[in-house]
Amino acid sequence: MTRVWSASRLTYLALALSALLSIFPIYWMFVVASRTSDAMGQVPPPLTPGGNLGANIARLFDNTDAYFLTGLINSTIVAVTVTVSVVFFATLAGFAFAKLRFRGRNALLLVIVATMMVPTQLGVIPLYLLMTKLNWNDRLPAVIVPALVTGFGVFMMRQYAGQAVSTELIEAARMDGCNTARIYWNVVLPALRPAAAVLGLLTFMTTWNDFLWPYAVLNDPENPTVQLSLRALSDGYYQDMSQVFTGTAIATLPLLLVFVLFGRQIIGGIMEGAVKA
Amino acid sequence: MAVQLDARPPVAPAPRSTRPVRGVRLSRFDTKYSPYLYIAPFFLLFGVFGAYPLAYTFWVSLHDWDLLGAEHPFIGLDNYSQLLADPDFWHSVVNTLGIFVISTVPQLLAALWLANLLNRQLRARTTWRMAVLVPNVTSTAAVAIVFAVLFGREFGMINWLLDHVGVSAIDWKANRFAAWVAISTMVDWRWTGYNALIFLAAMQAIPRDLYESASIDGAGRARQFWSITVPLLKPTIIFAVIISTIGGLQLFTEPRMFNSGTNAIRGGPLRESQTVTMYMFENAFAPHYNFGYGSAIAWLLFALIAVVAAINVLLLRRLGGGSRKEVSR
Repeated sequence: MTRVWSASRLTYLALALSALLSIFPIYWMFVVASRTSDAMGQVPPPLTPGGNLGANIARLFDNTDAYFLTGLINSTIVAVTVTVSVVFFATLAGFAFAKLRFRGRNALLLVIVATMMVPTQLGVIPLYLLMTKLNWNDRLPAVIVPALVTGFGVFMMRQYAGQAVSTELIEAARMDGCNTARIYWNVVLPALRPAAAVLGLLTFMTTWNDFLWPYAVLNDPENPTVQLSLRALSDGYYQDMSQVFTGTAIATLPLLLVFVLFGRQIIGGIMEGAVKA
Repeated sequence: MAVQLDARPPVAPAPRSTRPVRGVRLSRFDTKYSPYLYIAPFFLLFGVFGAYPLAYTFWVSLHDWDLLGAEHPFIGLDNYSQLLADPDFWHSVVNTLGIFVISTVPQLLAALWLANLLNRQLRARTTWRMAVLVPNVTSTAAVAIVFAVLFGREFGMINWLLDHVGVSAIDWKANRFAAWVAISTMVDWRWTGYNALIFLAAMQAIPRDLYESASIDGAGRARQFWSITVPLLKPTIIFAVIISTIGGLQLFTEPRMFNSGTNAIRGGPLRESQTVTMYMFENAFAPHYNFGYGSAIAWLLFALIAVVAAINVLLLRRLGGGSRKEVSR
């Protein structure tokens, strides 16, 4: 080891400061969520959790402005459906692009990469008009269906399938009389599992977080996603900050849980993607 | 969904008794057409919910297209000419670019510095990485609400801290530049760690003997960083800048949630922090429902993103050591 690579005390100190800045706003959200609203005006601000979380949760779930429970249920339905679907279709298409030969393969892949460059904002208005035609406004299919498969997912799986799925194994399965569907299910999917898990995690988090499109298309206050419940809370209830923060804490909790459980995989996925990019 | 995360080698299909290959024609059909079947879902869904809306946005932008209007008369480029003369639109462009600049530049520099820290022999490596990435996995809307409170004028913690060093209370929501700074802080908090991990990945791909020979030649740590690490990271930095541009110029959730109340979509009483996407929203959906005008804003935003991304790439190519290639047109 040369001197360059060692970590000094100063390195740890700087990292500790960065970590503190990263974690503090999240920690403080939980502090306020567990206190009464007058905690907001206290000087100095309280930095330890109080005992009021239960009461705040009860008030939050009774709040007829936010429909918070509906929001949680809706977000769960949307995020789970989209995640399963994205992983399934992306592994299927990624396998086809990486391992099967067909006419127009490269051109079609290029189209998929091009779709990743286009800002989502651009299609929001016609998408809204389309949903009006389909009569999906204010209903969950409007946020689920457009997200069922992503170019990013297909591309990621294609990159991974290229190195993780052995061509010999596919050939052997063909010789055994397996059709392509069977090969996908028995050979390709098991090999893609680690990358599919990362894609699933990233997709779940992105979908749970989505704000702009649901905000445009779900205008019925009684049928929100959890992020829209937060919007209703923050726009409506200015005095009751502890209730609003209880909402933000609950909305963040599933993401934090996923991150604590699978942080290593998520970090690996981000860093591997970066090297290939 | 039960996800198994251990990377085991792929399981070979169980050996089956060799049976006569059935239906050669069927299997030829299978190999020929099943690939198309597998990629079809993407193209079908993207066609209906991606490509069609994009083209249609342009079509709508050429019309006087109102939610309540029974007719949608064709008006050519009138929406665009009206937009180019619309002070509120330019105001939102300046806001967006301002927030973009004061968030992206410090963010990428901080990410480089942080990546450099993480690129050492550390104990509890994964824990440190998780600590810097955790802002990125939180809910954007939730965090924006929290930051809006931290930046409160009366009871905000930021003003309380500033008070200790003798700075009098700043009205973060009512002062245009202060609102930019507050929103940029949110964006930086969220993305610095993520970019640091991307830079870290690229740093780890740099061969170590480069540093060792530099060190033998007497180059110090700082010199090595600026003469080896940064030039070799250039492609990654360009990538990060482009991603930040696409994301940053579309900024919506943070400024929208930073403001609250009935007129939050205006980004404050005098539109202090209204971004282009917020302006598009204000025109296209409640309260105006002017789809034609909103679509024109969307297309101009797209053009703006393309122009800024191109400028960034050109600038970055010019900077940095050695490879001063003139870009031929």
